[in-house]
Amino acid sequence: MAIGEGKTYTIPIGPVHVGLKEPITAWLQVDGERIVDVRIRPGAIHRGIEYMARERNPIQVIYLAERICGICSFAHIISFVRAVEDAASIPVPPRAKYIRTILLELERIHSHILWAGVACYTFGYDSAFNLGMLLREKVMDVLEAMTGNRVNYGVGTIGGVRRDITPQVAGAIEEMVEYYKREFSYFYNAVTEDPIVKARMRNVGVLSEKDAVRYCAVGPTARASGLRVDLRWSSPYEAYEDLNVEPIVPQDYFGNAQGDVFDRFFVRVMEVYQSLEIIEQCMDGLPEGPIMHEPKPAKLLNLLKTADGVGQSSIEAPRGDDTHVIKLTQAQENVTWWKVRAPTYANAMSWPIMFKDQEIADAPLIINSIDPCISCMERMLIVNEKGSSTVATKEELIRICRDKTRRLMHR
Amino acid sequence: MSPLLTKIVSGFALFCLVILIALLYEGVDRIVHARMQRRFGPPLLQPFYDVIKLLGKESIIPRRAVRAVFQASPWMAMTLTLLIFLYIPIGSIPPILAGNGDIILILYLLAASAVMMVIGGFASGSPYANVGSQREMVLMMSYELPLALVVLTLAWLVYKRGVPGAPFSLETFVSVPVWNTVGLIGSMGIFALLLSLLGVVPAEVGKVPMDIAEAKTEILEGFLAEYSGRNLALFKLTFALRSLAMSALLVPLFFPFSLGKLFGLNGASFVLVDFIWFWVKVFLVQIVAITVVRTMYGRFKIWQASQFYWFQMGGLALAGMVLVTLDVMFF
Repeated sequence: MAIGEGKTYTIPIGPVHVGLKEPITAWLQVDGERIVDVRIRPGAIHRGIEYMARERNPIQVIYLAERICGICSFAHIISFVRAVEDAASIPVPPRAKYIRTILLELERIHSHILWAGVACYTFGYDSAFNLGMLLREKVMDVLEAMTGNRVNYGVGTIGGVRRDITPQVAGAIEEMVEYYKREFSYFYNAVTEDPIVKARMRNVGVLSEKDAVRYCAVGPTARASGLRVDLRWSSPYEAYEDLNVEPIVPQDYFGNAQGDVFDRFFVRVMEVYQSLEIIEQCMDGLPEGPIMHEPKPAKLLNLLKTADGVGQSSIEAPRGDDTHVIKLTQAQENVTWWKVRAPTYANAMSWPIMFKDQEIADAPLIINSIDPCISCMERMLIVNEKGSSTVATKEELIRICRDKTRRLMHR
Repeated sequence: MSPLLTKIVSGFALFCLVILIALLYEGVDRIVHARMQRRFGPPLLQPFYDVIKLLGKESIIPRRAVRAVFQASPWMAMTLTLLIFLYIPIGSIPPILAGNGDIILILYLLAASAVMMVIGGFASGSPYANVGSQREMVLMMSYELPLALVVLTLAWLVYKRGVPGAPFSLETFVSVPVWNTVGLIGSMGIFALLLSLLGVVPAEVGKVPMDIAEAKTEILEGFLAEYSGRNLALFKLTFALRSLAMSALLVPLFFPFSLGKLFGLNGASFVLVDFIWFWVKVFLVQIVAITVVRTMYGRFKIWQASQFYWFQMGGLALAGMVLVTLDVMFF
């Protein structure tokens, strides 16, 4: 359609856009329908959570960490409590480890089904979206039965979990696994065998294996590009040490990984099946015993006060590696500092590559394809006195950090 | 009453009727769509509530818009769509402007109202509306080929078979169903033409999989992006009317079968039964051609839609044309 040479105009996708779940802005330079250039502008939902944490003790921060993200809330608190356990050397009873694993996998199922539905919605396939939402209700019901909440479960604690799996809940989980084994293939077939879905997802938003390594993609985004990366497999934590989790990569199924949106869709769908298997294995091998190292919060807090040092933890959240680093200082109740690196932060770097030579119609799908969680990602935002905000670049951040260190040293 | 006055009065009565039916069918369409997705869906009268509410809202005109064109295009689009119903025979009632226009005029009116939407989009001064309008133009250029092939073939068929009446007039098709004029091969050809025309319907009415020009998850309703209030209400009506008009166009062409004749009725009861039967047929066509299709599929990209119309649907229409020609020439 483009007749004019080099004449482009700018179209913003976001920050508020029907096709996007969360606020991110992509300024597209388009020539007709073709995207020539893209600039991603985050920074619409920064909340200063890490700063807030410095006025709270680790047990209070659990609930703050849970509110980093609505969907992978449990992944964030497990990463956080593991970092605290690492810093304070607190052991976790085996039963708690298994329950954590089950919850993490339930959360993965819920996140992946939600994503698959939203991806279909992005290109107008509303029936698949509604079917996805219908399927997702089952896992939400199980999560509610298990923890009392649908989204922020509030069951993780340092040194264990706060809710046990009762026989009724075990029955509900079993029923859920059966339900998904029966019903989920229907959704999968409806989507993958649809010619329009293929036409919309194949060869769209391609991220080659080389680029995935170069731009540090993580999680399903990296796996869809053919990289065998999965923290559950490469550095197992919780109950994954006892299980055999293989990373799901498209080349095992199709012979080669194309790294397009369809592959990302496929990897996530297969991971739902994988999660079901993991849950079944965990339920079979669920050890008996206590679920908390220290049930009394006051005692636990005293224990944490004695801790001194830095703790680190990386876990495989539904979207990729979720890393938390925390510093506890002896005789101080509050968290000294806390750093969260959510998977979207790593995956967002690949966006400009994926946008190259695509069409406007693909833009929301490409943004959604890495399953972005912007509220997880936004960590740094500079607001100047006039009220306009900018997002700091790497160099700026380093400069600001060094300035501050110097200020502190010379005080 | 003079004939002119009769025509004016009956015309306005028809306009009111088709607006009511169009909104009612849209309500049913939304409920059926929801039920197929295992949802409950909105109340039957939701489109009425929507339109009435929008009519009471402020119409905002963007600063960068070309004011006159921006304001005029919803009115023009709706009026042109309404005019179509003056040329469509309803059951055994001849069209109000019978003899003054035929299928070619109807196709022009459909295209003209789409062009009005495009112009409104370009006049709104928004990049989204601009992209939406471009897409609508490309789409129009794509689906005109199968549409023209279907209409030409049918007209040529009735002309060759010596059906009384002007070949392009819809009344000719109503008097003798096209299926009766051909043998087996011709029937297959007409069936191919029917499928091809059914394929064109979603693009004409802007529904999934061909809602590319509106695509809310991509370009935020496209050329409607800047419209609000009364103007948007008019566009909503236009879309509902286009759905009805396309379905109503298919009925005389392919399904003109009269229920009154079957039961051997005459007089007022014949007219009444055929009148109701016509709207039932329109309803069924609308459910099959629009509701089911938009439930089953996702949205194409614009070049994929173009390809679909030029090659798949165009090919189908061409095959239908060849089959009908063979039937007429050799059997």
